[in-house]
Amino acid sequence: MAKVLMKGNEAIGEAAIRAGCKNYFAYPITPQSEVAEYLAKRMPEVDGVFLQGESEVAVGYMIFGAAACGERVMTTSSSPGVSLMSEAISYIAGARCPAVFVNIMRGGPGLGGILPSQADYFQATKGGGHGDYRLLVMAPEGVQEAVDMTMKAFDLAEKYRGPVMIMGDGLIGQMMEPVEFPEDFTPTPMNNDDWATSGMATRGTDKRNLVKSLFLDPKQLNDHNLLLKAGYDRMRQEEVRYEGYNTDAEYKLLIVSYGTMSRVCKTAIDTMKEEGLEIGMVRPQTLFPFPEQAIHDAAAKESCSHVVSIELSMGQMVEDVDRCVKGQRPVTWYGECGGDIPTPEEIIDHVKSLLKN
Amino acid sequence: MQKEVMFAGFGGQGILLSAKLLAYAAMEQGAEVMWIPSYGPEMRGGTAYCTVVVSDKLIGSPIIKNPTHLVAMNRPSLEKFAPVVKPDGVVLINSSLIPVRSGRDDVRELIVPANEAAVKLGSVKCANIIAVSAFAAMSKMVDVDILRECVKKEFAKKPKIIPLNMKAFDEGLKIAGM
Amino acid sequence: MGKTFSKPEALTDAHTHYCPGCTHGIVHRLVAEVIDELGIRENTVGIAPVGCAVMAYNYFDCDFQEAAHGRAPAMATGIKRVRPDLMAFTYQGDGDLASIGMGEIVHAANRGEKFTTIFINNAIYGMTGGQMAPTTMPGQRATTAPAGRDVEATGMPIRMCELLSTLATPGYISRQTVLKPKYVNKAKKAIKKAFEYQKENRCYSFVEIVSTCPTNWGMTPLDSLKWAEDTLLPYYPLGEFKTPEE
Repeated sequence: MAKVLMKGNEAIGEAAIRAGCKNYFAYPITPQSEVAEYLAKRMPEVDGVFLQGESEVAVGYMIFGAAACGERVMTTSSSPGVSLMSEAISYIAGARCPAVFVNIMRGGPGLGGILPSQADYFQATKGGGHGDYRLLVMAPEGVQEAVDMTMKAFDLAEKYRGPVMIMGDGLIGQMMEPVEFPEDFTPTPMNNDDWATSGMATRGTDKRNLVKSLFLDPKQLNDHNLLLKAGYDRMRQEEVRYEGYNTDAEYKLLIVSYGTMSRVCKTAIDTMKEEGLEIGMVRPQTLFPFPEQAIHDAAAKESCSHVVSIELSMGQMVEDVDRCVKGQRPVTWYGECGGDIPTPEEIIDHVKSLLKN
Repeated sequence: MQKEVMFAGFGGQGILLSAKLLAYAAMEQGAEVMWIPSYGPEMRGGTAYCTVVVSDKLIGSPIIKNPTHLVAMNRPSLEKFAPVVKPDGVVLINSSLIPVRSGRDDVRELIVPANEAAVKLGSVKCANIIAVSAFAAMSKMVDVDILRECVKKEFAKKPKIIPLNMKAFDEGLKIAGM
Repeated sequence: MGKTFSKPEALTDAHTHYCPGCTHGIVHRLVAEVIDELGIRENTVGIAPVGCAVMAYNYFDCDFQEAAHGRAPAMATGIKRVRPDLMAFTYQGDGDLASIGMGEIVHAANRGEKFTTIFINNAIYGMTGGQMAPTTMPGQRATTAPAGRDVEATGMPIRMCELLSTLATPGYISRQTVLKPKYVNKAKKAIKKAFEYQKENRCYSFVEIVSTCPTNWGMTPLDSLKWAEDTLLPYYPLGEFKTPEE
């Protein structure tokens, strides 16, 4: 298929449809409302479901109810909205239902701002909702990758029977880039399992299904949570995705950065390379599971004297980076947390100052 | 080679559309493209600006503090952004609304009375098309013939307004001296 | 002689965990009988609330989902939007529906979602231990209103049927009770109507059942029936508040 010029938000909506997701529930919030606007038009064209819920709280449970029927389903929101949905995400994780959530992040805490941010890293990767669960989290660096990841998200949600999150930021949602949708892609939902509450008649059985997260018996809850853990461990084995940038070079310093921020870093790295200064980067494409080994190994490179985590937050991923580097090299944070994005020049200055010390 | 142009003006002047048309044409030419709007409260009747990046290789940073070129459709835009344009860039000035100049002697100014020319053609609404064609002609950022096709395609669902926009497109080329 | 009385197919063999004298059991049975009579068990998905009926899925023999507190109407919306061919019902108490879930119930009703809500109003939080509910009567004691509900501080009890009936969207809104056998038959008729409206894809349907909670009211089952009749029914009048024909 030819390339089309699309906004990230619209492309995410189209990607969901191409992935066979015909069900979308959402509540408007800047900077991602274009997903809802796009799908309000597109869903009826494909006989799909579009519903604007009364709140993000309600939308979370519309997603839960629909997912529990075994249907592919997605919602999109932005940071404050995702806080409200986090309750449902916990229930969905506990009840083991596949569903796709997209967070086009904006600044916080509270209302914060509407400019690009990566301040929901902890929320997405360390919890958000209550209880022992993890989200499989993917972070695209641009519109094409947002499309690819959205399409992949449904398969992964079904593979692990749990919620999957795409973490973008306001810029990825708002900007347009050329994108290509796979030509002859046939979605293969794996949802028609025997677990869903799809109606006994639908399954042709006399055995009813329960979708629930309540386990009052401690042994049952323990077993259930260990089952969840087994899934998360398998993700750590099978789903880690990252990009190494200039990591073949004898880099003096390693950057770890993702999403929009990592693109700025790429420009900075290219510019420094032209000047003869080699800098490497590991760009996590999955934030959970985190590319632990890749970062550990990249930091261990003889030429590398320092690791810096560059983020649009006050320093969240840096804690994971530090954990992976295991004290081999100093690990520090650099970034902005108000909505501005460091420029390539600012990154270059910062990197050079680190190398001077 | 990477080139960037910033389109800026009041909301309602068709800033985002002009920028999109340029991005669209660059994409059709096979270039890497990025269209980056300002968003949020600025959309509501205030100033709108939008950057288009065109490159022959994968585009890195979406943050462009010093664009190659500027299309300024109103005075605040010119005053705000003219100082950051890179030397030798094109600075298009919508002289219908901007009585001043860039104050730079190292850029190529293109004076376009876009609103007046558009009104003469029949509607002030096509001022943005005049501007984008004039800009493309002078900056050579995209091929003007491809850009013309993109304008046609953009209005394909409203065929009635295509002739006006084609006239506007030609007017832009004329003003740019082509 | 044939069998004259048996357990509905839509109920499991499990013994309920409800307290002696609680009316949940009666309402469960009525819902199950209606499901049987309409022949919809194999296409029905129930949604359990948070409250005493949190484990309703142990008693109903059909597909079931378990909601978070107050969110059952949003889950039912999700079900009916993606699978309009299924029958869905929420079974919610007064804390769940009229307090934390007020937003979800009002909006689901207002959208005219084609599912059925069974609303158990016993004027108190049961499972959490007798705290004040939005439907607790003025002066009624609760663990969080030890001197009785002070309407100056907490407002008057919310009448859900009346509130939902103000919505312009067509719906079926009915208040019934199971305090006496004569009421039970009427309640069953209303529940059946509610499911029938759903089956015909007509409208949202809501049946409130004025119920008892002997344990948290601190009364014997018999006293609680009397108290409910004397105190609750005058404030929560029975009847049909709205039908889609109107």
